[in-house]
Amino acid sequence: MPRVKLHVLQGLVAVVLIVAWHALTTIPVFGKILLPPFFFSNPVDVAEQIVAWFATGVIWKHLSVTLAEAMLAFAIGSLGGILVGFWFARQPRTAAVFDPYVKMANALPRVVLAPIFTLWLGLGIWSKVALGVTLVFFIVFFNVYQGVKEVSPTVLANARMLGMTERQLMRHVYWPSALSWMFSSLHTSVGFAVVGAVVGEYLGSAAGLGYLIQQAEGVFDVAGVFAGMFVLAAFVIAIDTVVSAVEKRLLVWRPVVGDARP
Amino acid sequence: MEIRQKDMASAIDLKGVDVAFRLADGGTYRAVTDATLEVADGEFVAIVGPTGCGKSTLLNIAAGLLAPAAGRIDIFGQPLDSLNRQAGYLFQADALFPWKTALANVAIGLEIAGVPANEAEPLALDWLKRVGLGSFADRYPHMLSGGQRKRVGLAQVLIRNPKILLMDEPFGPLDAQTRQIMGNLLLDLWSADRKAVLFVTHDLEEAIALSDRVVIMSAGPAARIIGDWRIALSRPRDIADIKLDPAFHALHRDIWQMLKSEVVKGYAQSEGR
Repeated sequence: MPRVKLHVLQGLVAVVLIVAWHALTTIPVFGKILLPPFFFSNPVDVAEQIVAWFATGVIWKHLSVTLAEAMLAFAIGSLGGILVGFWFARQPRTAAVFDPYVKMANALPRVVLAPIFTLWLGLGIWSKVALGVTLVFFIVFFNVYQGVKEVSPTVLANARMLGMTERQLMRHVYWPSALSWMFSSLHTSVGFAVVGAVVGEYLGSAAGLGYLIQQAEGVFDVAGVFAGMFVLAAFVIAIDTVVSAVEKRLLVWRPVVGDARP
Repeated sequence: MEIRQKDMASAIDLKGVDVAFRLADGGTYRAVTDATLEVADGEFVAIVGPTGCGKSTLLNIAAGLLAPAAGRIDIFGQPLDSLNRQAGYLFQADALFPWKTALANVAIGLEIAGVPANEAEPLALDWLKRVGLGSFADRYPHMLSGGQRKRVGLAQVLIRNPKILLMDEPFGPLDAQTRQIMGNLLLDLWSADRKAVLFVTHDLEEAIALSDRVVIMSAGPAARIIGDWRIALSRPRDIADIKLDPAFHALHRDIWQMLKSEVVKGYAQSEGR
């Protein structure tokens, strides 16, 4: 499909949905409005709310708080995941001992930890960061662990025959392999960092996108809830675009499926 | 052409080597038994045998990647007790670092040995040119064809100037034409400084065309060395031309007589009898 046509069709989907939403919430059908605006708001109100947030500038504070929490969660979770992933992969005995606990911790739905983190770390950003860290850590950990374990035995034997010491193996073989696995899960881990931040805010905070949505919900301001959702969606897409660009740059050595040889 | 000094130690000297693997059920699998093989310095020796006869196992023993169950290995007169530091190893499977460019893959051999990157890279580029890939320095392995990857692998091994070259069916996955070209390239590079080469293959024609000696292994398990043929064809050789030589045909016919029954046995075994 040509690119332009694709974009037109994609735009059309949004137009149809918004028009249908608007029509069903404002135009009565047989004397009855099918979607009561109290529960479904309408596109105009939502748009007005978004514009108002950006016009007054209040949204920037909330966006920056959520962004800061997500970035901290990603950084700390990744660092921990890399360290522990490497450690376990190089020390199979340690990995075997901790295995059931790792599985247990990963099986736990992380939302239930939010109240604990709020108790421990207060209503500020750190309780949200902690929640994000518990999500990011396991993704990065499993990928780094796998990356170190799954180094091709031939590549490893070749590295040894070329005379690499244990430290050089780490730098030239294990590390790039682990990073490639980690980068390939970048979208997931960054996404989870945002989820951790927003869910944490939603459950109790004084700022952030999750807080904004929770506040609007508290006063039955449905337009505010929808506006918050749209801003959040745009925010996540923006982050995802950045991640895609970073990924493309870092994984330049990897074959793309269907990619012809240049 | 053969200059052999009797007082010099062999490059590779395997004496009565047994190789056994422990199986999951507690038993042992004897892959190779009583292998005795000498490769003189500067000699090109090919090991030929049916599938699964332990040719590659023997190569791994010579590389020090595997320890024998019995017997001894001397490398230039010194017993081998860990990795063979004098040897370069060209693997059958892809062994390049996929996250490094062709240039970096070749340069790494020197960088490991402590040569600074700015000195190693011009040398690596020089080697890439020698294997005909001068304009492919920036490519990552996945952007290269199978034959090109083998060339990079060859450069990666040779840049370290090892005294011994171990090759495990290096051209196995390549198509017939590419194999011929690679064979000629290998002979060209080898004739420059005549390293000792131990070359494993299942292709008898390739073995005769390249080597000074062809060693035949029996079908496994407990494979043995059952033949050792001197290939007195003149050098320099061209792989394509030498296959038309009557002397080549005579050798091929004689060696194949011996190999044929082993191939049948090996095939029957791999089929589960």
